Amino acid sequence: MDSTALVALLQEGLPGVHLESAPSGDLQTTIFVVRDDVPAVMRALRNRPELRFSFLAELTAADFWPREPRFELIYILVSLEHRLRMRLKVRLAENDAHVATVTGVWPAANWLEREVWDLFGIVFDDHPDPRRLLMPEDWEGFPLRKDYPVQIQMKPRVSEPIQMTAEEFRANVEQDRLARK
Amino acid sequence: MSPDADIPVLTTSVEKMVQWARRSSIWPVTFGLACCAIEMMAMSCGRYDIARFGAEVFRGSPRQSDLMIVAGRLSRKMAPALRRIYDQMPEPKWVISMGACASIGGVFDNYALVQGVDQVVPVDVYVPGCPPRPESLIYGIVQLQRKITLQKLA
Repeated sequence: MDSTALVALLQEGLPGVHLESAPSGDLQTTIFVVRDDVPAVMRALRNRPELRFSFLAELTAADFWPREPRFELIYILVSLEHRLRMRLKVRLAENDAHVATVTGVWPAANWLEREVWDLFGIVFDDHPDPRRLLMPEDWEGFPLRKDYPVQIQMKPRVSEPIQMTAEEFRANVEQDRLARK
Repeated sequence: MSPDADIPVLTTSVEKMVQWARRSSIWPVTFGLACCAIEMMAMSCGRYDIARFGAEVFRGSPRQSDLMIVAGRLSRKMAPALRRIYDQMPEPKWVISMGACASIGGVFDNYALVQGVDQVVPVDVYVPGCPPRPESLIYGIVQLQRKITLQKLA
């Protein structure tokens, strides 16, 4: 199925939604979707019996800094039933980089969205577990943004060893011994 | 032992005996972080056989170890864990930084990796290579043994 055919097929079920077929060098079916239409389009792609994109294979992002809109979210969807693959892109501006989560549509999106949040700083609204995935939890900044420095001059953080006096240590051992009796 | 002595006795100083005991049974803690760990495992297996130098007893627990071989690149997220393992090892303890990544960051000149584990723990021997061959690591352990031999007790 080529991009224009897919857009036409989706458009008849979703009249108010703005869809746009995109050129792609690799002949993969590619469409652009506006940010606010993401939940409706995703549900249609998964649920429509002639589409049934039941598998979210990949969710990633690209940073085209300093171009604006800066980010593109890229969803790769697979329809196992109809043997189709497609690519869905969402353009996001830098000062408005948030999009609705699709964890309700594909549970696999949970960690993928966490990864994109971790490395690009794109917020997924109503995400059930919005923590960083790869970087340390107290990390500052989003490393895969193009304006992030490659090398940072920062001393590595390490935890402090637990310090106790000999008396405290003996008291702990004694307490443990009594507890085992 | 003097050749004409009848009684089977060796005399030495306590310091020399302690140095000999320490260097002859180095127990490394397993700290494989990347591909260098494969070479470290090869070193401990039959072909290279680090048992010849008395350092073959790799321990899963830092509390039973003398030596930490940092084998591979250390990420900033891993640094607190490395420091904690090192702090749990009893004195005396030594550290070998194995390979280019552990020593200076290697090819990974970026924000995610610690540019040299000597920023986190004190390092005794640096073994160059990417990854070092098992012979190089054995040479590093022999260098460490020489260093231990020179350590004064007082």
